[in-house]
Amino acid sequence: MHCASDFVVAPRRPQVRRPGLLRSAARTLVALSLAASAAAVAAAEITVSAAASLTNAFRDVGAVFEAANPGTRVRFNFAASGPLLQQIAHGAPVDVFASADAETMDQAERRGLVRAGSRADFATNALVVVVPRDAAAPPRSLADLLAPAFRRVAIGVPASVPVGRYTQAALEKANLWARIEAKMIGAQSVRQALDYVARGEVEAGFVYATDAALMAERVKVAFKVPTEAPVRYPIAVVAASAHADAAQRFVTYVLSPPAQATLRRHGFAAPASP
Amino acid sequence: MASAWIALALSLKVALWATAIDLVLGVAAGFALARLRFPGRELVDSILLLPMVLPPTVLGYYLLVVVGRHGWLGAWLESRFDIRLIFTWQGAVIAAAIVGFPFVCKSARAAFEAVDVQYEQAAKVLGLGATAVFARVTLPLAWRGILAGVLLAFARALGEFGATLMVAGSIPGETQTLSIAVYEAVQAGQDELANVLVLMTSLACIAVLLLAGRLAPARIAGRS
Repeated sequence: MHCASDFVVAPRRPQVRRPGLLRSAARTLVALSLAASAAAVAAAEITVSAAASLTNAFRDVGAVFEAANPGTRVRFNFAASGPLLQQIAHGAPVDVFASADAETMDQAERRGLVRAGSRADFATNALVVVVPRDAAAPPRSLADLLAPAFRRVAIGVPASVPVGRYTQAALEKANLWARIEAKMIGAQSVRQALDYVARGEVEAGFVYATDAALMAERVKVAFKVPTEAPVRYPIAVVAASAHADAAQRFVTYVLSPPAQATLRRHGFAAPASP
Repeated sequence: MASAWIALALSLKVALWATAIDLVLGVAAGFALARLRFPGRELVDSILLLPMVLPPTVLGYYLLVVVGRHGWLGAWLESRFDIRLIFTWQGAVIAAAIVGFPFVCKSARAAFEAVDVQYEQAAKVLGLGATAVFARVTLPLAWRGILAGVLLAFARALGEFGATLMVAGSIPGETQTLSIAVYEAVQAGQDELANVLVLMTSLACIAVLLLAGRLAPARIAGRS
């Protein structure tokens, strides 16, 4: 819609100096990008695509990793696991992938997107139903969500958000999916579902226990939802990584006791023994 | 592919409503800015143009804060009329109307400013009242410029994504417009559906732009 803004502005402003300005802006851009790429060569910089629920924990993990590995910088890209997988499949320059469910990582493995043998589970989580802090009558079971008082329920979009898939599986097992789906507000990541509950725009939402703990002053946990498959987090080195050594070092670090302690502090449980 | 047609129909509904709102408010604001002299006129003009330059996420956040259930307007609407705007197609209309508004307002102002005052004065001398002068002289002389702006507002409303996603969510058949359906299809790796949706959106936008180009006076459309 750039043409649109020209359309409105043009008749009122003579454009005498524009070409010169454009040229110098272009020159500055070129200089800046050259400087940036020079810096990238000097130090290894790895990009870690991680599930949205890992946001706070991985920031801490990354800071300690950087301190222990001078010269290696970690950039994080947080989103729902589905979109992260799509980005990698479409050639995004990612070095490490950490998803919030086995299924997304299975897909990555099947499509040859992650390095064979580098995959390992590093944490587990729990699925919970949260309600706004000031909710008068929190639900006590999945069936309670059928009550008319629960007009809208935030659930991650099952096609791309793992927490939505866990939720759908749990509700299908309880034979409630079709009726709860009618109240579903699809969230693009677990954090969006959490935000909708925190703002009171929905009466309830399905999130991970670690997310609920982050917003304890605005949401409360109504009950824990038993899931058929445990909520577990696999991590792996991306096959197309240009910094495979640094990426592998990061994966090893995430599995090491200090990083595990950080994850524990953020509420994640230990990975189930293989 | 039925979901693609549903998304298209919803997008058109939302964009049409948003454009209708923009037409009324944008022409009124454009006329006031063109004809009234008051202190701070250019400041008002800049503020009205803000939706064109602000990131959609900023608009979405403003809307959440204002019309959300805990926002001052949202809380009032719910307690007074039991109206909730978040996660409804009406919420999507509000988001789309806000992003489209500057296009109508700006082009209406330019169109009204281009109208030769002598015609209006002549009409007045010949005995027409103020309303009749506006309806029978000013508006007919300015309508082409206004219409071009209206079409651009429509195209912008059709493509609105960020603020809509934040305010209306993504409920299939209810608030999942074309642009949001594209986003979800790509996120989920459904590339065939994404291809269909993307083609649909592009064709709709090309049609609107062609129409706008034909209606706009060549000088304003930037084509010599």
